[in-house]
Amino acid sequence: MKICVLVKEVPDAAVEKRIDPSTGRMDRSGERNLNPYDTHAIEAAMQIKEGGAVEVDEIVAVTMGPASAVRALHKAVSLGADRSVHLSDDALAGSDVAATGYALAQTLERESPDLVLLGQQSDDGECYTIGAVLADHLRMPSLTQVIKMDVVEGKLTCERQAEYGYDTVEIRTPAVISVGDAINEPRYPSLKAIMGAKKKPLEALGAGDVGVDISKVGAEGSQVDCGTFKAPPAKQAGTIIEDEDTIETVGKIVAWLDERKLI
Amino acid sequence: MATATPDTYTEKTDEQKAIIEMVRQFADEQIIPNAEHYDHEDEFPEPIVEQMRELGLFGVTIPEEYGGMGLDLTTYVMIVEELSRGWISISGIINTHFIGSYLLMKFGTDEQKQRWLPRMATGEIRAAFSLSEPEVGSDVQAIKTSAKKVDDSEPAMYEINGQKMWVTNGLMSGLVFVLVKTDPDADPRHRGMTCFVAEKEPGVGENTGEYAGFTVPPKLKKMGYKGVESTELVFDGYRCPAENVLGGEQAGLNKGFAQMMDALEVGRANVAARGVGIAQRALELALRYSQERKTFGKPIAEHQAIQFKLADMATQIEAARLLTLKSARLKDAGERSDLEAGMAKLFASEAGRFCVEESFRIHGGYGYSKEYEIERLYRDAPLLLIGEGTSEIQRMVIGKKLLSRHKI
Repeated sequence: MKICVLVKEVPDAAVEKRIDPSTGRMDRSGERNLNPYDTHAIEAAMQIKEGGAVEVDEIVAVTMGPASAVRALHKAVSLGADRSVHLSDDALAGSDVAATGYALAQTLERESPDLVLLGQQSDDGECYTIGAVLADHLRMPSLTQVIKMDVVEGKLTCERQAEYGYDTVEIRTPAVISVGDAINEPRYPSLKAIMGAKKKPLEALGAGDVGVDISKVGAEGSQVDCGTFKAPPAKQAGTIIEDEDTIETVGKIVAWLDERKLI
Repeated sequence: MATATPDTYTEKTDEQKAIIEMVRQFADEQIIPNAEHYDHEDEFPEPIVEQMRELGLFGVTIPEEYGGMGLDLTTYVMIVEELSRGWISISGIINTHFIGSYLLMKFGTDEQKQRWLPRMATGEIRAAFSLSEPEVGSDVQAIKTSAKKVDDSEPAMYEINGQKMWVTNGLMSGLVFVLVKTDPDADPRHRGMTCFVAEKEPGVGENTGEYAGFTVPPKLKKMGYKGVESTELVFDGYRCPAENVLGGEQAGLNKGFAQMMDALEVGRANVAARGVGIAQRALELALRYSQERKTFGKPIAEHQAIQFKLADMATQIEAARLLTLKSARLKDAGERSDLEAGMAKLFASEAGRFCVEESFRIHGGYGYSKEYEIERLYRDAPLLLIGEGTSEIQRMVIGKKLLSRHKI
């Protein structure tokens, strides 16, 4: 079995995210890191490999992104992936979700994975949708928010988180599975894994290498057109009721709610 | 003096960045949330130590050929800062181990390296080192514990007698690098001292069999720095093979003092990093609390009195970190760093004490409560003023070295 894990370089969680008004894209300057949600997908792949129910030949981390995304790939291999693939091309810059999904699908076609795993969302764009786009291009079944996965040859039994509880779904492979962050606790990369990360194979590919039609990608090829951006209106400060006498405080809260016909 | 620019002191390689990120996450998720429990119970944090073994943190500086990572002192002090930011007892667990491995790497014979380093790199056996005695701390030359060669023993043996004090990891370690007198008539006295690698059973108080005569009394009760044990060691007719003389009997006999002083130099960079780590944590706690707590109708962080404290803390931390990294980088570059390591140890340990006290004051009455982390930091930080040479000893050493470097 070959597992491909999609990973992404995102602005570090500590960095305040903002849209660059001149480009309409996210400002990606400052510290960047591997999307924390992706670490759950890598861990899920590792647990399948170590679980022994199926033979996993290799785990491949795949990303699309600028040159700096190499660091996210190094982190991915330090967490257990055997090698990585980096799709990077100026023509891809500014791609929307549909265009990114198309380009990544083209990249994955070359790998013919039995299973594609990805995190539930990226910590920057937060679209939650790339898995579905990919699956459509790859003609594979797809599930989202998977928090438990049992693998046997040719099929997966997954538990997916839903608003009303859990769905248990059987799905045949190859498939695209987006995992929820409740699926596992990702391991820490050991010093040895960190030091060895640069020694694992990393394949750098351009749009042409994976047969991407560049009229379908980049800012030009994207369907989404970003208009103007406005900062969300600042929230008005709420009313703070100091709790000096609890009976009085409760009375004040009830009166406040009553006034607005909320109770 | 090195010609490095300030940038080169703080710059990190990709690997160093990735390592620090991992250790910081480990401290945030595994150490900080559990420190209160282990501190309160004064219990050895075995689950955390087990994870540290898996992560490779016991073999940071041990060469790859012995199964370690072969990383430099600079990377090591960066790691120590992060672990100490979590809890200085955790860094204490690897610190003596690091000094033991340094002594072996620098002075050990090939046979000694082969014998111990691979198991040290994995953390399977852990090391302690021991100079102080009940009546002797800073004045190392006045130690009384002695070793005498046993007549006609095969293999050749030394019998060690005496008492040691303040041995971090004294109980759980399997190796103790111990400094003893081997020539009572030596003049000067430091030329009559030898470092033995004393083996024992980890976790055992009263050793028997081949380690008989090596007793570890119950751990000392301390103000802070809990979880990791500090013990006495009692040697009463303990027989140590001559092949356990650090560097071999021929080359190592009566050379122990210089070996230990060399190790203390890297030990000082190490303690400095611990000072930076604890100070950094104190600042983080102060920054958070001062923005949450309100007095006179506004968060206390908006009062200048508090801002001045935060400013002084952050400034001292930055200076302490730079001094620490500079001393480590000089050592890695093969340059003399004794003066710099002393300055770093002095400044960073004092910065640790200063910052925990300022953070404690910012916390007001809550800082005195065990509900708040700063209470533990306040008890932990003073250790750094004492261990690996007190601030007063550092000043003496720095003063003497300054004069010798600038003799007219």
